[in-house]
Amino acid sequence: MPTPNVDWFALSPSLALLGASALCLLGAVFVPAAARKLFSASVAALGFAGAGVMAGWLFADTHRATGEVADAITRDRWGAFAQILVAGAGLLAVGVSYGQRTRADHVGEYYALLTASAAGMAFLVQASDLMTLFLGLEWFSICLYILCAIEIDAVSSLEAGLKYLVVGSFGSAVLLYGLALVYGATGELKFGAIADAIQAQGLENDGLVLAGLALIIAGLGFKASAAPFHMWTPDVYEGAPTPVTSFMSAATKTVALVLAFRVLVTAFPAESDVWELGIAVIACVSLAWGNIAALVQRNLKRMLAYSSISHAGFMLIAVAADSELGAKALLYYLVPYGAASLGAFGVVAARERELGERVTLDNIAGMGWERPLLGVSMWAFMLAFAGLPLTGGFVGKFYVFAAAYDAGMWWLVIVGVIATAVSLYYYLAVVRSMYMRMPELEVRLAPVGGSPPREALLQSTVLACTAVTIGAFFAVQPLIDLAEKAAAQLPL
Amino acid sequence: MTDWLATILIVLPLAAALIVWLLPLADRTAGSLALLAALVEIGVWINAVTRFDFGVSGPQFDQQHSWFGDLGVSYHVGLYGFSLWLVGMSVVVLGAAIAYAFWTGRPRPRAYFGLMLFLTGAVVGVFSSLDLLLFYVFFEAMLIPLYVLVGVWGGAGRLTATLKFVIYTMAGSLLMLAAIVAFGLTEGTFDLASGTTSDNDLIFLGFVAAFAVKAPLFPFHGWLPDAYRESSAEVAAVLSGVVSKAAGFGFLFIAIPHFPQPAHDLQWLVLALAAAGLVYGSLVAFRAPDVRGVIAYSSLAQMSLVTIGLFALNTLGTTGAVLQMVNHGLLSASLFLLAGVIERRATTGDFALLGGMARGRPALATVLMTAGVIALAVPGSTAFAGEFLILAGVFNQGWGWAVAGALGIVLAAMYMLRLISAVLHGQVGSAVPDEALDLRPAELAVVVPLVALLLALSAWPAAVTDHLTF
Repeated sequence: MPTPNVDWFALSPSLALLGASALCLLGAVFVPAAARKLFSASVAALGFAGAGVMAGWLFADTHRATGEVADAITRDRWGAFAQILVAGAGLLAVGVSYGQRTRADHVGEYYALLTASAAGMAFLVQASDLMTLFLGLEWFSICLYILCAIEIDAVSSLEAGLKYLVVGSFGSAVLLYGLALVYGATGELKFGAIADAIQAQGLENDGLVLAGLALIIAGLGFKASAAPFHMWTPDVYEGAPTPVTSFMSAATKTVALVLAFRVLVTAFPAESDVWELGIAVIACVSLAWGNIAALVQRNLKRMLAYSSISHAGFMLIAVAADSELGAKALLYYLVPYGAASLGAFGVVAARERELGERVTLDNIAGMGWERPLLGVSMWAFMLAFAGLPLTGGFVGKFYVFAAAYDAGMWWLVIVGVIATAVSLYYYLAVVRSMYMRMPELEVRLAPVGGSPPREALLQSTVLACTAVTIGAFFAVQPLIDLAEKAAAQLPL
Repeated sequence: MTDWLATILIVLPLAAALIVWLLPLADRTAGSLALLAALVEIGVWINAVTRFDFGVSGPQFDQQHSWFGDLGVSYHVGLYGFSLWLVGMSVVVLGAAIAYAFWTGRPRPRAYFGLMLFLTGAVVGVFSSLDLLLFYVFFEAMLIPLYVLVGVWGGAGRLTATLKFVIYTMAGSLLMLAAIVAFGLTEGTFDLASGTTSDNDLIFLGFVAAFAVKAPLFPFHGWLPDAYRESSAEVAAVLSGVVSKAAGFGFLFIAIPHFPQPAHDLQWLVLALAAAGLVYGSLVAFRAPDVRGVIAYSSLAQMSLVTIGLFALNTLGTTGAVLQMVNHGLLSASLFLLAGVIERRATTGDFALLGGMARGRPALATVLMTAGVIALAVPGSTAFAGEFLILAGVFNQGWGWAVAGALGIVLAAMYMLRLISAVLHGQVGSAVPDEALDLRPAELAVVVPLVALLLALSAWPAAVTDHLTF
């Protein structure tokens, strides 16, 4: 059997992260315990930075989409853009993680798993074959299962890991079954070949293909935590260590949606009528469910989890539009959304470390005045989630609505508008709590005596997230130009 | 330099807000800096008036930079003759509000004054936008500081008040966002100076919804009593004086010219809502138990009257509406600030506990009387000129509307006189301490300029009406 030619450059973002992961693992053994945390965090940060640089280079240097490694992966700007986002999210997640009181004997493995999962994500977004798709998906999922359960002393963390493992495996099984059905019907694995086979063999209305497509959408819906495949999200987001949650909320959603768009437009263009409607319905369900459930949450992490479900809904509107504008809207939306999501969980992590207990709407009362930087940043993140101006969240929503309207789905605009109105209630509840209520009881700070640790790294991470969230509002044109270049390499 | 004037008017307060927020200033320094910035802003506006060419129509001082080109959205600002006056009214009222807050002393002054300056920038931005999406951005940006200003520095019921305010406003605004998406993508541009028009009734109603909440018009005024009662006096002044005018501007600049056919077809609907609001607001104002209640509901009535003038869809009505917007901005700001002055002395605005404050307090009595008499549109006052033009304009559309308008004006006399007599005359109220002082020089310095401007406009309403370009 001939060995395929391997384009190492196309794989470089994944490889950089894998390298960092290996170094962290070595560090867990060879570096003395005192320096381990600093060593592995620095290596992981360098790995993410390196992956980001390589992905950026890949973006700049890829002038047309090409299949690499025997067409198992696609080298294109669409994937590279998502890789940049994943690398950025990872870098920021390192900043959130560093101050976490992880057990010293786990810290090397923690960063190793973080980088390894990001490597899987970077691999997944390039997938152009059913096999690589499943491989990439499982690769990052398994790392995340362990990461969720990494705080083995905390019951909630173990519970989150187990839940994620069980429900996630179920989702993967559904996806695998869908892949098998599609392969069975078409006899092809490559996305492009599937599309051609459907066309050539007249399988547009074939039951197997349609069932396979439905199962694939469901399986990816699990990863993107779109309703009704979201059941794991609130529990896992709440139970997992907050830095892990912050990474998951930004990166997992990014890759799941970016890949979903790629699969749908490259492998199933002939079925577009079916999946556009299906995705639109899932978007509506996510918007409704996520928003309504978020209204009654007191726990901040659960609230943000439901909010992330509703944002999956918004981004699926862009997918359902199935157009170049939709593709641009999706990529743009991910930038401020990812930053705001990471930042918001970063603020939660900061508060958690101060209080030593779960963060609720009650124990953030007055926090805005005590911690001006975190407070103002949380303001910005909530405004971005709610889609108010001066944050990139606003432009993102505008693009999503524009894409839906342009595709003739004006009813999705109405649903999105209603969902946004509902979401204001709980996003502003956070601001209300932080600024307009004073702590009823003296909130006990965890380290008794003295002010809590300053955590310069966490604060700068949150500041960076704020800068991206707000900067995206002003720098729309450059971001959209990049997204346009990325979208141009998809067969739209 | 001249090209930059509109941009300077927007950016100056925003930059000052950033400075006040970020620099570790002492409390008094922060306030003084904010006041200075507000005064400079007024100066820049005066400069703009002197440079403005009232002989030509179309936007002036305009600037355009692409924001995101693929959808045709740009940063496009500029001023028309009518928006120039709205900007002027806004910067004056916001200056007065900042001065009042400075004198009263608010806790956490850096946050407070920064938000006031930010609000100033957003308001000026609304009145200068020549791009639909930019307009929406500023329209929403006004909400952010207002939410905090009411929610943090407001009275006991402030949380409910802000919640109602935000939910009402955003429900309207989001319908407008959907309408903006539909309008912009259908017409292929978001530029407002380009004169694109649409015949779509639904899109038109999306815009009307947002402005009807913001103004507010009956029956979208549910947020109004709480917001005006629970916010601090100067914020209430800004809310009713300035922010409500964003709705009038929206009707005048977006809803009517860009939707000529729907505006004509649905004229009856808006006029009916406005007429109902005018009569309803006036009647409730007449029965309101406290000072702020009267001013709040009179604001509902006055904005309804302005809307009637705008939807007369003729020059007469529009001219009157613009004049009346300027009048009402200055008037309700002076009245709300005076309400604050009264509440500082009596700790309440409840009519049952007030009375006899004129005795020994000539300055308060004079200023309140003057503002009140102008507010009830006594002939010769600038409010009379505005209301007369509005009624004359709408008379052409059907005498029934003019009757409703005239009824509102009669009722205005009743509720304003009731307010004046309940506060100033009669038995000395139980909440009015004998040692309550007359207006202090600082208070005079804030309120008198507003009233003086009203008197000046009364002498020469043509300053506005003859200097409107569209």
